[in-house]
Amino acid sequence: MKIRGKVFVFGNNVNTDEIIPARYLNTADPTELARYCMEDARPGFGRGTDIKGSIIVAGENFGCGSSREHAPVAIKAAGISCVMAKSFARIFFRNAINIGLPIVELTEADTFEEGDIAEVDLETGKVRNITKSTEYNAKPYPAFLRKIVEAGGWLEYCVKSLQSLS
Amino acid sequence: MTLAQKILARKAGKSRVEPGEFLLLDVDVALANDITAPLAIQKFKEYGGEKVHDPDRIVLVPDHFVPNKDIESAMQVKLLREFAEEQGIKHFYEVGRMGIEHVLLPEEGLVKSGDLVVGADSHTCTYGALGAFATGVGSTDIAGVYLTGRVWLRVPESIKVQLVGSFKDFVTAKDVILKLISILGVDGANYRALEFFGPALREISMDGRFTISNMAIEAGGKAGLFPVDEVTMAYEKERNIEVETLSVDEDTVYWKEVHLDLSQLEPQVAYPFLPSNTKDVTEAEREGIKVDQVVIGSCTNGRIEDLRLAAQVLKGRKVAPHVRCIVIPGSQNVVKRALKEGLVDIFLESECVFSTPTCGPCLGGHMGVLAEGEVAVSTTNRNFVGRMGHPKSKVFLASPAVAAASAVRGYIADPRRL
Repeated sequence: MKIRGKVFVFGNNVNTDEIIPARYLNTADPTELARYCMEDARPGFGRGTDIKGSIIVAGENFGCGSSREHAPVAIKAAGISCVMAKSFARIFFRNAINIGLPIVELTEADTFEEGDIAEVDLETGKVRNITKSTEYNAKPYPAFLRKIVEAGGWLEYCVKSLQSLS
Repeated sequence: MTLAQKILARKAGKSRVEPGEFLLLDVDVALANDITAPLAIQKFKEYGGEKVHDPDRIVLVPDHFVPNKDIESAMQVKLLREFAEEQGIKHFYEVGRMGIEHVLLPEEGLVKSGDLVVGADSHTCTYGALGAFATGVGSTDIAGVYLTGRVWLRVPESIKVQLVGSFKDFVTAKDVILKLISILGVDGANYRALEFFGPALREISMDGRFTISNMAIEAGGKAGLFPVDEVTMAYEKERNIEVETLSVDEDTVYWKEVHLDLSQLEPQVAYPFLPSNTKDVTEAEREGIKVDQVVIGSCTNGRIEDLRLAAQVLKGRKVAPHVRCIVIPGSQNVVKRALKEGLVDIFLESECVFSTPTCGPCLGGHMGVLAEGEVAVSTTNRNFVGRMGHPKSKVFLASPAVAAASAVRGYIADPRRL
């Protein structure tokens, strides 16, 4: 699957308190959470009219801090098609894999600028910066995680394996 | 093998597991709270869940926004309560019997050495202090445990932290972990386990160990593990839990090693907006940082020893007129002990408030949210932008001793020079 979208650039150590501040955590409704996506990193981002289908690009340790799955849920529900970062914090990484939010670990993530058009091929790991005419190879997922991704998420994988047991 | 490898190999029923290996493991305890459980329950039902795999392995602790701060929070807790009833989950902790999850679970003997614990809360790594492999996961992982009893885990590489020397006065476990985070950086242990060894372990109590393991995640750590020794065994014995010792072989190879001499360590203060931005308190004191609020409590520092230390500093002194000092015990049991030991009297005489157990202000939930431009000194674990309230407020992290001294002085202060 190929994803193409406009890039929004964020820095290093973007934490889950910035992605979805705790003051909005008195609900688990994805539509409500999406409105406040990235609120304390960039106020109003989740209510922007131009974020549907776009790609978040960030530096090191994206999604550090709290384990709140509301963070990747808010990003996914806001219509962000993919998050690309130099590295991800562990819990955010597993949450994104588990809920089927496409994420890409790319050493060259910092070569992207706000407004660039990026294209990500999730199967091959090829990442292109259409605006700058550059091409990179993202870090592939380990085989076990690929199975979860292919199933569509961890619970899809669980349900499938439960069915095959019975 | 490292401690992480040893525990995970035992859980996997294998003689050996290697870092990087993916495992599907049976979970001993699956924990969720009033923020993360609603999402897990919703997913469990969405994916066809009717009866949970094993109700006795499920723990539900409403602690973040309790006593319920608004209608939405009340609705979330109601969902947990109804789910517990419907599924026959006996480990559901209501206000009056609850505590902050990571203070409560060890206290109640719900987690023990050798267990595999997953919690939809990043500070689940606290239980590594007992020699349990405990790690923070998401709500979907918890829903997966409700459905199948299992979780997927990658065996982590481990970082060995060798602790030597003796603490100086008013230097605490909190200072050890803050210093370590500043050495490693906020992602220095990402995907890795921290493992603590060395002669200094003898003088670090269980409460201190919980504080250290609790903040492993602030260096990105997947777990913060202590070997099982006499200190652990004495703690477990009080709860009628028999455990085996857990240690590593002399020749175990670590991904990285860090050495920390406690006798060289000063009380630490972590500046906004990362827990790794630490300075010695002597330096912080010279900067004359005016404080509006002090919070003493949380899953990091809400245990009885923390309150004793704060009371020791506050005894016979008053909180500065411009400061609000909020003391939040970590559990109902801590409340009882603080009352019995006369600590509550000391806090009230010093003009602090003494709250019911809650995560409350730590995450800007309630019971002490900061206004624009306000500054807090807090014994909690995170000082990110907006963590305790307004995005333009600031949080400085410190030990209960530094927090209490700062409450008295009204500026960030060294408890040794009060």
